[in-house]
Amino acid sequence: MTATDPVAPADPAAGPAGAAAPAGRRRAGRRPPAALLVPAGLAALFALLPLGYLAVRSLERGPSFAWQVVADGRTVELLGRSVGLAATVVAASLVLGVSLAWLTVRSRLPGARVWSVLMTLPLAVPSYVAAFTWLSAFPALAGFAGAAVALTLVSFPYVYLPVTAALRGADPAQEEVSRSLGHGPLRTFLAVTLPQVRPAAAGGAVLVALYVFSDFGAVSLMRYDTFTRGIYTSYRASFDRTPAAALSVVLVAVTVLLVAAEARTRGRAGHARTGTGTARPAVPAPLGRWRLPALTWCTLVAAAAVVMPLATLGYWLAVGNSATWDPATLADTAGTTLGAAAAGAALTTLLALPVGVIAARHRGRTAHLLEQSAYAGHALPGITVALSLVFFAVRYAEPVYQELPLLICAYAVLFLPVAVAATRAAVLQSPPVLEDVARSLGRSPLGVLREVTLPLAAPGVAAGAALTFVLCMKELPATLLLRPTGMDTLASRLWTETGTGSFAAAAPYAAALILLAAIPSYLLGRHRT
Amino acid sequence: MRRPLVRRLTALLAAALLLPAVAGCGVDEDDAGLVIYSGRNEKLVDPLLDELEKAVGTTIAVRYGESAELAAQIQEEGDRTKAGLFFSQDAGALGALSTRGLLQKLPQTSLDKVDPAFRGSAGDWVGTSGRVRVLAYDPGQVTRVPDSVHDLVKPEWKGRIGYAPTNASFQAFVTGLRVMEGDDAARAWLKGIKANEPKAYDNNLKAMDGVDKGEVSIALVNHYYWYERVAEKGEDEVASRIHFLPGGDPGALVNVAGVGTLKGSDQLPVARKAVDFLLSEKAQKYFAEETKEYPLAAGVTSTVEGLPPLASLDSPEIDLGELESLQETLKMLQEAGMV
Repeated sequence: MTATDPVAPADPAAGPAGAAAPAGRRRAGRRPPAALLVPAGLAALFALLPLGYLAVRSLERGPSFAWQVVADGRTVELLGRSVGLAATVVAASLVLGVSLAWLTVRSRLPGARVWSVLMTLPLAVPSYVAAFTWLSAFPALAGFAGAAVALTLVSFPYVYLPVTAALRGADPAQEEVSRSLGHGPLRTFLAVTLPQVRPAAAGGAVLVALYVFSDFGAVSLMRYDTFTRGIYTSYRASFDRTPAAALSVVLVAVTVLLVAAEARTRGRAGHARTGTGTARPAVPAPLGRWRLPALTWCTLVAAAAVVMPLATLGYWLAVGNSATWDPATLADTAGTTLGAAAAGAALTTLLALPVGVIAARHRGRTAHLLEQSAYAGHALPGITVALSLVFFAVRYAEPVYQELPLLICAYAVLFLPVAVAATRAAVLQSPPVLEDVARSLGRSPLGVLREVTLPLAAPGVAAGAALTFVLCMKELPATLLLRPTGMDTLASRLWTETGTGSFAAAAPYAAALILLAAIPSYLLGRHRT
Repeated sequence: MRRPLVRRLTALLAAALLLPAVAGCGVDEDDAGLVIYSGRNEKLVDPLLDELEKAVGTTIAVRYGESAELAAQIQEEGDRTKAGLFFSQDAGALGALSTRGLLQKLPQTSLDKVDPAFRGSAGDWVGTSGRVRVLAYDPGQVTRVPDSVHDLVKPEWKGRIGYAPTNASFQAFVTGLRVMEGDDAARAWLKGIKANEPKAYDNNLKAMDGVDKGEVSIALVNHYYWYERVAEKGEDEVASRIHFLPGGDPGALVNVAGVGTLKGSDQLPVARKAVDFLLSEKAQKYFAEETKEYPLAAGVTSTVEGLPPLASLDSPEIDLGELESLQETLKMLQEAGMV
């Protein structure tokens, strides 16, 4: 049995299950052990580097100049547009992500394995490729609608992946209880299943929102003016970093508010099963007459998010006359990309572990502060984060400047929240009582972490690592500024080729990006079955 | 049941972190005698930079990026910059670095190779190739091509104009219009164009396609797009024609790509050699033939068939360094609902 009621505290009549809510609460005040706190603090400091840079840059012409930039009517208007776009994309991503996750994990959907790999691929589609695809097919989409469509289709896996993991990890017993008490499938889904996946979905939603705020590729192609376009304009039009920094500070403030709001909705509910024995895997729900609509829905999403971009690439290849690519270069570039992305994902995951565990297990001011720090810079456009690392590296870490280690660090700064969210959600699903038992049997806090917490959270952590890996692969602005001189990634080649309009030559690199992203999701899927 | 996953995950993480240490990467810029930050696309200039390497007699390393972003990077690096030479796609980025005192003055002998109109007023950057704004038109739909961009606001052009509002060259032209005729005139022109419901394309290439397919009658583009197309397909296969605007019309703006050497660099002697190479006949011919741009160094003329000599063009006189003030232009374009 599990206890997942988000609002009610312990219900004395609920028997053993009732113990879960207090279990969450009991730990609220407990200080995290130093073995976790120190690395988590370091990770947070690392993630805060861009903020340090922004403070220096935005105030270099005095606070009044910065205020002037921020208080400008245009700034407020752009912020409103960004918020509107983010809200739309988040809502759409939640609908797509949760429905597809339930269908692929909990229902007898034919070909669920294939669907679940397909649904992670859109992450590897660079937002400007998605935007380009939709714009060439439907020029009338330019503007808000087009930006919303393109961004939703590349970012819904942020919701889909964690919700899938949550559904896999959740004990189906509670749903069965609900059904046995006479509730229909819909009521059970709304009252039992949804609360079970709520932390995962909310965490994903925050990432989607921050992604929308930071995106430049899709909105610029769709000619929809957003806050980030304002920041880029400052760099590109006036070559001035000060207004860009002042505007970036606003994005940080928005992020802090958003993360705080999400934390408030979390409540104090426990999300792990507490009963005896182990959870059975859920019995997939028969779809009955909903089978066809369900398949249609999955097909539509896969067609829009995966087939459309791949078909566009095929079209580029077919009509272009610049297809003089050679496989050796492609293989070489793919190898470099895989190496850098794997290292980036590894470092990000390692840094995220202590933060994620503390955020899940030691709720309190420290945990909140650490989590906030990890997220704070996540809505910043890549170019701003890259410039902040340029700023610090040339001053304090000159030997690694424009070397691979710095690029990998940049990936970690950029994608830390993604891994933190995955780790936190994964740890939350394992019952804290197991850790208590291990402690009472004499294990050290670190021993508990190694032998209990991490093994239980491993699938979720691995999913986070896979997600980070894909994001590192397609990262462009920071890669351009921080890569070792002469190094090329798939994303940078794609940028070079499209820069001269050589779309046919660009297509293989974009296709490789999307297809390589299938590897981690395929491996993850195989492990679970 | 789950332990093997943890072990596998740990092994994977460790391997991933070690991987880059084992893998070699790129040209080591510490060994390079000259580091170039290039805002010009690798596909356009890589063969030329290979030649440059031979000419300066030392290994070079090239970092490609967007001109504006590389300019921001150079500003962050300050006097610790890795770059000896900045090769910019447009004059604006060079003007910005010049204003901030990051560029070293070039020797007069180098400057003298190029018309003063195409170099920085502080003598710290020089244009290497030029591109002219022109009108591309469909001869089937247009009998009399206008001689001024101001004619395009007339009602007869309603629904017939193509342009690329987000393109840097178009924005540079609007900035030029502002500098020449004032902000009010520029605003009025944008309003007039907008009232004619122009078709917005992603870039100049797409706008040229639009004219070739007859989607629009006329488009504001750069000259070399047409010459590249003609070189590729032959003039008979290209439906569009182009028109160079006479009389110093703002629509005939010449913008340049150019180079500057960086003050903070210890590669100055090599960087200066590189500048001279880029102004040499060999390099200038490369621009003329490969990118169909105008060579800017004195004594070199383009061999592209049908391309009028630069000196014969009646382009507006404007300080290219002033094109740096793009911020206000973008604001205007936003107010006009174009970007």
